[in-house]
Amino acid sequence: MLSSLRTGVQGVWRAASRSIQTSSALQHDSLFVHRDTPQDNPDIPFEFSEANKKRVEALLGIYPEGHKRGAMIPLLDLAQRQNGGWLPISAMHKVAEILNLPRMRVYEVATFYTMFIRRPIGKYHIQVCTTTPCWLRGSDAILKALTEGTQCHVGGNSPCGKFSISEVECLGACVNAPMVQVNDDYYEDLSVDDAKEIVEKLKMDEKPKPGPRSGRFASEPLGGLTSLTDEPTGPGYGLQDGLKS
Amino acid sequence: MAGVLARVIQRTKPQLGIIGPLVSIGNSNVAVVRFQSADAAPQGKQCGAPLSDCDRIFTNLYGRHDWRLKAAMARGDWYMTKEILLKGNAWIINELKVSGLRGRGGAGFPTGMKWSFMQKPSDGRPKYLVVNADEGEPGTCKDREIMRHDPHKLVEGCLIAGRAIGAIAAYIYIRGEFYNEASNLQVAIAEAYQAGLIGKNACGSGYDFDVFVHRGAGAYICGEETALIESIEGKQGKPRLKPPFPADIGLFGCPTTVNNVETISVAPTICRRGGAWFASFGRLRNQGTKLYNISGHVNTPCTVEEEMSIPLKELIERHAGGVIGGWDNLLAVIPGGSSTPLIPKSVCDTVLMDFDALVAANSAFGTAAIIVMDKSTDIVKAIARLIMFYKHESCGQCTPCREGVSWMNKIIYRMVDGNASPKEIDMLWEISKQIEGHTICALGDGAAWPVQGLIRHFRPELERRMAAYACVCGPSKAERLY
Repeated sequence: MLSSLRTGVQGVWRAASRSIQTSSALQHDSLFVHRDTPQDNPDIPFEFSEANKKRVEALLGIYPEGHKRGAMIPLLDLAQRQNGGWLPISAMHKVAEILNLPRMRVYEVATFYTMFIRRPIGKYHIQVCTTTPCWLRGSDAILKALTEGTQCHVGGNSPCGKFSISEVECLGACVNAPMVQVNDDYYEDLSVDDAKEIVEKLKMDEKPKPGPRSGRFASEPLGGLTSLTDEPTGPGYGLQDGLKS
Repeated sequence: MAGVLARVIQRTKPQLGIIGPLVSIGNSNVAVVRFQSADAAPQGKQCGAPLSDCDRIFTNLYGRHDWRLKAAMARGDWYMTKEILLKGNAWIINELKVSGLRGRGGAGFPTGMKWSFMQKPSDGRPKYLVVNADEGEPGTCKDREIMRHDPHKLVEGCLIAGRAIGAIAAYIYIRGEFYNEASNLQVAIAEAYQAGLIGKNACGSGYDFDVFVHRGAGAYICGEETALIESIEGKQGKPRLKPPFPADIGLFGCPTTVNNVETISVAPTICRRGGAWFASFGRLRNQGTKLYNISGHVNTPCTVEEEMSIPLKELIERHAGGVIGGWDNLLAVIPGGSSTPLIPKSVCDTVLMDFDALVAANSAFGTAAIIVMDKSTDIVKAIARLIMFYKHESCGQCTPCREGVSWMNKIIYRMVDGNASPKEIDMLWEISKQIEGHTICALGDGAAWPVQGLIRHFRPELERRMAAYACVCGPSKAERLY
């Protein structure tokens, strides 16, 4: 009897300790399904511009016959660029039509890759790397400065509609940490002041100077080279015997 | 993605049997097994020393010179390429085998052997070379420097590698975020076409070869070779089950070799200066030169080309200006990109930067992306952030990785605050062991290893946090429930 009492009490206690069931939290930073909105629905026509039609032909040309589907990612990227940085559903339909594929095949790809953005975003898409190498060098402060400067929360658009901020995974410039990407350009070796300056410049639609901000040119050690100080060797230096005629 | 093939090398010997049938050469299975024996003391050189500038392959690593064709030729690129091509595939593969070059993308598979897998008689299908420039491993940024400052080394490497494996074309899969790097590379390819160096009758050798650039769209998993192939084919980047290996059925259903950018880019110089020259650097089975990325808590983070087997301490102090606050302020180092387990200071004091030495230290060489953490680091948070990265990048194909990494992420973020039970440390270890090796690709392994490294070396720190949390807030919910 004691044991059944204990089980009952435990059951009550367990139930009490669990919160009310809700749907699970969003596990990804964007929604996987499409919801029709006034800005994004299948009735809005999408057509590649004349210049881009030539690019489409060129892109299709690099894949062998019967495997033209390979051009899917480049075509979606082209459509996104033409459409101001985001990918509407009608553009996906257009790509499916060009590649002669079921629309579902295009939806699959467009939802899988993080660079395809399926919601309207601002003119300047600021992507802040916060993965460990950048985090060690202070990316949290950069992110804070950017969200405060643009009045924009992570994953959203600013009230002025000009900025969008995303927290992204490693962008591959770890020795130049912390860094952010604005549209296609990398801004590296940032301090909080640099981040503020970038936002101010972008607000006035000026292009800030891309690249490292600490005074170095690329990924060399700051304050003096430790290698590659000699002039590069010329053609044929150290040629092996097997190639000497 | 680092560690793509590392799993094959670090796994038990019976599993290596699956490679056997693929190999057409008699003794290659033996060679694969030989690469496992990390404990056997290599003979010859005991450790690496700093290189002199004339032995560095990437002479324009820092972009201090022009990267265009004319300047690249003045630095020795495209020199005698025709003669190299005319020597034939067997000669090129032999040079690579003599050089001892191991793949630079993280797994360290011998490149000469990989290329020799493509020597089977043709069945009419074309062959392809795919260059993996989907550099996304946290800590790694070496391929970016090659593509934006020395793109002609890569283009020439594609031609030579393509000749060695008999490919008709190379696809360079570059990550979508590298827009400017892809532009430089595209310009370099256009220059090479115009100069007749690639295309029809490349370099006048009578061999036709095309090079194409394919930009990705932001998925770390596409650095895995079969996921990369899927991605070029215009599908979701979900890894394929192996076998069949890409050497049998790869891109567009044809035999394919996938190589890292750095591996391909060093091939022309190896052919010109000889495999023996390249093999004179580093310890036996770890030969050559390597690009190292030193990031994190160092005074001057940088990318540098150095000899293999150089001591970690010397590398950091010579090129990166030392650890912030001095060497004694060092807490731990992640030696080969985020997938590799961390090593504490006591190991860093003496460890050499090569494949065998780091395996012996319970870590891995990976892509040689060194992430340095000093004593101010919240080490649990640093690893937790990496697990969040893997959670985000898991393709969702295999249940152990998709669900397991999410669980690990939840548990380890509670451990950052100490809101966990000490029993959960073992639970976390067990989850990581259940993920490792039970997935199609090595992303699951790469997610499990950092956690294992943390538990192996920083268990007291985890327990201290939990005790501190219990002091302030009372027993954690996990403690009460389990």
